[in-house]
Amino acid sequence: MADQRIIVIGGGLGGLWAALRMAEAGVHVDIFSLFPVKRSHSCCAQGGINAVLDTKGQEDSIEQHIVDTIKGGDYLSEQPPIKTMCEAAPGIIRTYDRMGVTFSRTPEGIMDQRLFGGVKKRRTAFAGATTGQQLLYAADEQVRYHESEQKVTKYEDWEFLSVVLDGEGVCRGITAMNLHDMKVHAFRSDAVILATGGLGLIYGQSTMSTNSTGAAAARVYQQGAKFANGEFVQFHPTAMKGHDKNRLMSEACRGEGGRIWVPSEKGDTREPREIPQEERFYFLEDWYPTYGNTVPRDVASRAIVRVTRHMGLGLNGQDVVYLDLSHHPREFLEQRLGGILEMYTTFSGEDPYTGPMKIFPATHYSMGGVLVDYAKDEQTGGMQKVHPRNHVTTIPGLYACGECDSGYHGANRLGANSLLSATFSGQIAGAAAAAYLKSLKKSAADLDEKYFESERTRQEVINQELLSPNGTENPFALHRELGEAMREHVFVERSNAGLDKALVTIKELKERSRNIHLDDQGTWNNQSLSWARQVQDMIVLAEVIAKGARLRDECRGSHYKAEFELKVPEGKFEGDPEYEEYRAEWKANNKEWMKLTVATHTEDGPRIDYKPFDASILAPEKPRDYR
Amino acid sequence: MANEIHFRIRRQDGPDARPYWEEFKMPYAPAHNVVSALMYLREHPVNAAGKKVAPVVWDSNCMEEVCGACSMLINGTPRQACATLIDDLDQPIVLEPLTKFPAVRDLLVDRCKMFNALMKVKAWIPLDHTQDVHLHAPLIGPGEQAVRYIFSRCMTCGCCMEVCPQYHQDSEFVGPAPLGQANLHNSHPTGKFFKQDRLHALMGVGGIADCGNAQNCVQVCPKDIPLTDAIAELGRRTTGQWFRDLFAR
Repeated sequence: MADQRIIVIGGGLGGLWAALRMAEAGVHVDIFSLFPVKRSHSCCAQGGINAVLDTKGQEDSIEQHIVDTIKGGDYLSEQPPIKTMCEAAPGIIRTYDRMGVTFSRTPEGIMDQRLFGGVKKRRTAFAGATTGQQLLYAADEQVRYHESEQKVTKYEDWEFLSVVLDGEGVCRGITAMNLHDMKVHAFRSDAVILATGGLGLIYGQSTMSTNSTGAAAARVYQQGAKFANGEFVQFHPTAMKGHDKNRLMSEACRGEGGRIWVPSEKGDTREPREIPQEERFYFLEDWYPTYGNTVPRDVASRAIVRVTRHMGLGLNGQDVVYLDLSHHPREFLEQRLGGILEMYTTFSGEDPYTGPMKIFPATHYSMGGVLVDYAKDEQTGGMQKVHPRNHVTTIPGLYACGECDSGYHGANRLGANSLLSATFSGQIAGAAAAAYLKSLKKSAADLDEKYFESERTRQEVINQELLSPNGTENPFALHRELGEAMREHVFVERSNAGLDKALVTIKELKERSRNIHLDDQGTWNNQSLSWARQVQDMIVLAEVIAKGARLRDECRGSHYKAEFELKVPEGKFEGDPEYEEYRAEWKANNKEWMKLTVATHTEDGPRIDYKPFDASILAPEKPRDYR
Repeated sequence: MANEIHFRIRRQDGPDARPYWEEFKMPYAPAHNVVSALMYLREHPVNAAGKKVAPVVWDSNCMEEVCGACSMLINGTPRQACATLIDDLDQPIVLEPLTKFPAVRDLLVDRCKMFNALMKVKAWIPLDHTQDVHLHAPLIGPGEQAVRYIFSRCMTCGCCMEVCPQYHQDSEFVGPAPLGQANLHNSHPTGKFFKQDRLHALMGVGGIADCGNAQNCVQVCPKDIPLTDAIAELGRRTTGQWFRDLFAR
């Protein structure tokens, strides 16, 4: 059998870790990326990475990390992988330390840890406020070492277009487009790992990088990979609005003592610092005295929307509230949050050291993604660390890791768990693919050329159609309209009437996207062509998100429909009869809805089914309650 | 305040094509940055003469000055386009691609040479493997961490290379940013075990001796990285290494 090769699509944290694991296992890796991998969106993660190091005298425990993650996700994910991830977290931090990451330190030189949302212990290791950038660079450097040893080859400025399936539906390679000469090529590979990140661009403005369109995930979905929990999109509570993107102000701001407030009086136009304490409404502290400003993101985002849209208390009647750090000394802030406060100053022209920042929720992360499997370890109740079934999609030979997969975060991700899951899932997927290779009887190199050539031709035809001068629709305008519809109807608060409208709009956009006209008809570095393809694919995933949301008649994590809300009885707690009645209703609802949403592509749009999952670690006995 | 945004953009259809200038005007809106304005123009690609043209090509990704993608010359200064606000610029706003890297198209250039230089200077910590070994790296004090952190924020954007008189398309010189990274890894408690390898890489062709000490790099770095400190230290270390090598013969 010829030498085995593996292709990784995407060079963010997930992809780089998958590559490292396989290179260390002696398998040659080809990494395909739209841009130099060092520019991947992982570099935008700010606040930190969760791992129980228990260095703060708070008796933190891995069990608590597992519980916080499961409950943070509102009980909507397979639990064994969460257990194994939380157990692996301290070792991951140690490894990053050995890789030279410039983690922030205590006076003793020990790694410092800060507080994050949905958690009561200081469990988040960080490198200033650019933790993702630092972790990405460390992984990038290790991969560059393997590249220097010719164990890794990078294809940067290449766009993944599709997987190549053999006659039995097994993934044997990919097609990809060189973004300079726009030619499509087919590449053979014994396994493919998709590590293509999030899909925030489907919402137009989001906190995501401009390349986080979800197009790659949409492409494998249209080739038969199932997509899970699409409707669970995280809206980060604290972002600054912009024409181009909504820039994230890390949850670390709240973790480090940042307070969210609005003037108590509607229409109060005084400068914030002229408003005395007693005339400020610290609504998170008021409504959630136990967790205060560090409630999880879904809870905080809903509270902010309630304050601005239902109570009319947004600044100047707008969708804006204050995030205030100005009570801290400048030196403390510079050291802990310097990177992002610098960014706030640059983009707003205002000084966050002396006055509050203006923020509102923005699309931030996709908990859902390509459905992946895992192999349970019956001994430990966790997942087996090396098994070919881990992180495999419903297409054999195709793996997925990082934000584009559907594991770990259920209906809502806890802050600082994404750098962890990206790293961990990359490691697990890399090990899984390497194990899968050993079981293969035939090599992709021996497969008949016809499979590659027919897929390559299919992709060339799509390009030719888009480049034909006949269409009328501007792909950039289509994307803007898609984003407007998603932000209007598929945002923090949803309703079935609104979702029906969104689905109609998406269908119309899909129709119009078949009639695209490109103002650039050239064949050299044609960004419009690449973008047009991505817009078509974003529309497909938008429908998965909106339809999943339309059909899920309940509130769970980031997915909220007022008409189905089970309200916690005010002032009542465990043991109170009113609370117990609420708990019984909540459990009955779980019986119906504690299932993964699974979308299957059909020509008429997604078919939605539901899949039960393993909740053997933490049974849903307690509703989430951060009061 | 002007009610329009006026751009003068140096365009080039391909690596070997002749560059030309094209002007664009778009409606003013507050809080635009250079990339968000280019995004508007991409949807409405009509030049100032009213002619429909192919949208301008440029590079960007994170839009918050951490990925390093959108470097270009803006009114003559190399900087990150996403973090350059229109309101802070004189008009017409002149956009040009970086000149020290091969042109690809319009404002897009090929900076792969920078990543190759990181390989040349071995900018990584050598590890036995990346599995957990149940040990942390040696402790690092907060003061030392703070210095290392500044260097570790280098995003390989290329602004320092653009202004370096010694760095150009045909030169062998690795340029300032990779020197900063070599020094960063030499300063790590285990990275320093292999500092000789990095120093040797910088003692040959295209190494530290090619630095002309113009100190332009440190002026334009968007992350305020004190590159000249690193270069000065590498200068001393390579000299020391040269003597050690001499006596080791």
